[in-house]
Amino acid sequence: MSWLFEPGFFSSAQVHTALIIGGVTAVVSASIGVFTVIRGQSFAGHALTDTAATGGSAAVLVSINPLVGFLAGAVLGAGAMEAVGVRHVRSRDLATGIVLGASIGLASLFLYLTTTTTATTGATQEILFGSIFVTAPSTVPVVIVFGVLAVLVVAAGFRPLLLTSIDPDLAAASGLRVGVVELAYMAALAFAVGLSSIAVGAILSTALLIGPAATALRLTKRIVAAVAVAAGLGIATTWLGILLAYDSADWGAGRDTLPVSFCIVGLVFVLYLVSGLAFRVSEGARAARRSPSRPGAAPRMSSGSS
Amino acid sequence: MTARSLTEGPPVAPVLAVDHASVVLAGRRVLDEVSFTVAAGQFTGLIGSNGAGKTTLLRAILGLQRLSGGRIDVADGSGRHRAIGYVPQKVVLDPDLPMRARDMVELGIGGNRLGFSLPSRARRARVDELLAAVGAQGFADSRVGRLSGGELQRILIAHALIGQPRLLLLDEPLANLDLSSGQEVVELLHRIATEHQVAVLLSAHEINPLLPVLDRLVYLADGRAVTGTVDEVVRSDVLSALYGHHVDVLRVHGRVLVVVGPGSDDGDKVAPHDAIEVG
Repeated sequence: MSWLFEPGFFSSAQVHTALIIGGVTAVVSASIGVFTVIRGQSFAGHALTDTAATGGSAAVLVSINPLVGFLAGAVLGAGAMEAVGVRHVRSRDLATGIVLGASIGLASLFLYLTTTTTATTGATQEILFGSIFVTAPSTVPVVIVFGVLAVLVVAAGFRPLLLTSIDPDLAAASGLRVGVVELAYMAALAFAVGLSSIAVGAILSTALLIGPAATALRLTKRIVAAVAVAAGLGIATTWLGILLAYDSADWGAGRDTLPVSFCIVGLVFVLYLVSGLAFRVSEGARAARRSPSRPGAAPRMSSGSS
Repeated sequence: MTARSLTEGPPVAPVLAVDHASVVLAGRRVLDEVSFTVAAGQFTGLIGSNGAGKTTLLRAILGLQRLSGGRIDVADGSGRHRAIGYVPQKVVLDPDLPMRARDMVELGIGGNRLGFSLPSRARRARVDELLAAVGAQGFADSRVGRLSGGELQRILIAHALIGQPRLLLLDEPLANLDLSSGQEVVELLHRIATEHQVAVLLSAHEINPLLPVLDRLVYLADGRAVTGTVDEVVRSDVLSALYGHHVDVLRVHGRVLVVVGPGSDDGDKVAPHDAIEVG
């Protein structure tokens, strides 16, 4: 197995931290991502990653744990979006786009100030594209607490979340307080985005949120199954990405390792493409079976009736 | 008919009582002192052209629209009975949504509760029972987003009924259906109303498909309403008073044609539509 796991992979404390943080964030992002995709709010989800980036870059500027900044940024962004509460798709996209641009602009200011005043040149890379191998082990408990909270929200609110995602009026008529459900969802989404910003970076956390979920929705027939499959795919791509990045140190002589985020997001993307292909093939096969007017089926039908 | 015997027997508390309900939206009186009641087992049509206030009234009954005056009382659901079942006018679902039609029906019970629902034989049987009641066994395992308009309508009705509501509200259920599917849905609802003693309130802009089954109707025009049996309401004098100018009511081969003269901004839409129906 040494060809697969480079020496030191299992004994490295950095790798342990990375595997735990990566695993937790993958499960949280993927399971909440299923609802994000169903609700058609991928773009809104992406906007939260940008407010998380603003929070994270502000945190490094004042030298506190970036995870705190990520979470605060995402929660504030979610709160702002709930406050605006635009239902019309076009104005919602407009508001989202403008908030997104402004928050990245702020992030660029904070990162510029950080690099010029403190000479920590890695900050930009870490905030925007992830820092899973250099995350302090003390971050792990925080990740786990917020991860568990987010998963609890999804598990407890599964059916109300599903019903409000399908049709808010239908949910309201069944006695649900749609506003409360949406608030809980936005909180869980903000936690997910904040956590995955640590793993793959603020900018790329959309990939972990949407990719495994969209893939799982193609592969399954029930929403519960989609959540489980999305979580599984999230863990698989994240851990495999970490392994690839670790192993890549030995590939190009003298070169640096590949960025972990690139490995994870690349795997997510490839998985989505492959699932799309598989989906088309199985849909095509089903359509062919269903249609009796196709050549080959017709002679049998006529012989049966004569 | 059950509904008739109910009205002749001792007075029963209505399932729904709308009392001088008014709604003002953006300075416009969308509902103007609307009053009527609906009793168990009754099939009531909420008739009016587009913009007459039908959807606003249904939303007010559901508690989704605040009243500016008057009140609306719905008999409380007791025990396992939910108070109101609701079928919205338009539910748009992604065709690839991984959800079977039966899952949609099942969400009608406990869709508002916390936690997961563990698979239960009793609930599965209940879902099957409802699927059979609306004639949806044939497509129970299809993806819900890929059903035809009539199929989805049946699933939504089953979703609304599975909580055993005492009042069933339907917003324009016939609007997107062809004539025969519409007729099937009307017969299905009539059977549900009489067999399960559910009060059905259904909105429509076209009265003729409902004529065979209507116990009563609420006729809305410009936010004002008259109510009663078809014979009491669909009359030239009554509707003329409602619209505020002369209205002709013609009866041809058991169908009704309401001809709203010029001068009404919403009546013009009713007349040609009905005329085509009759011709």
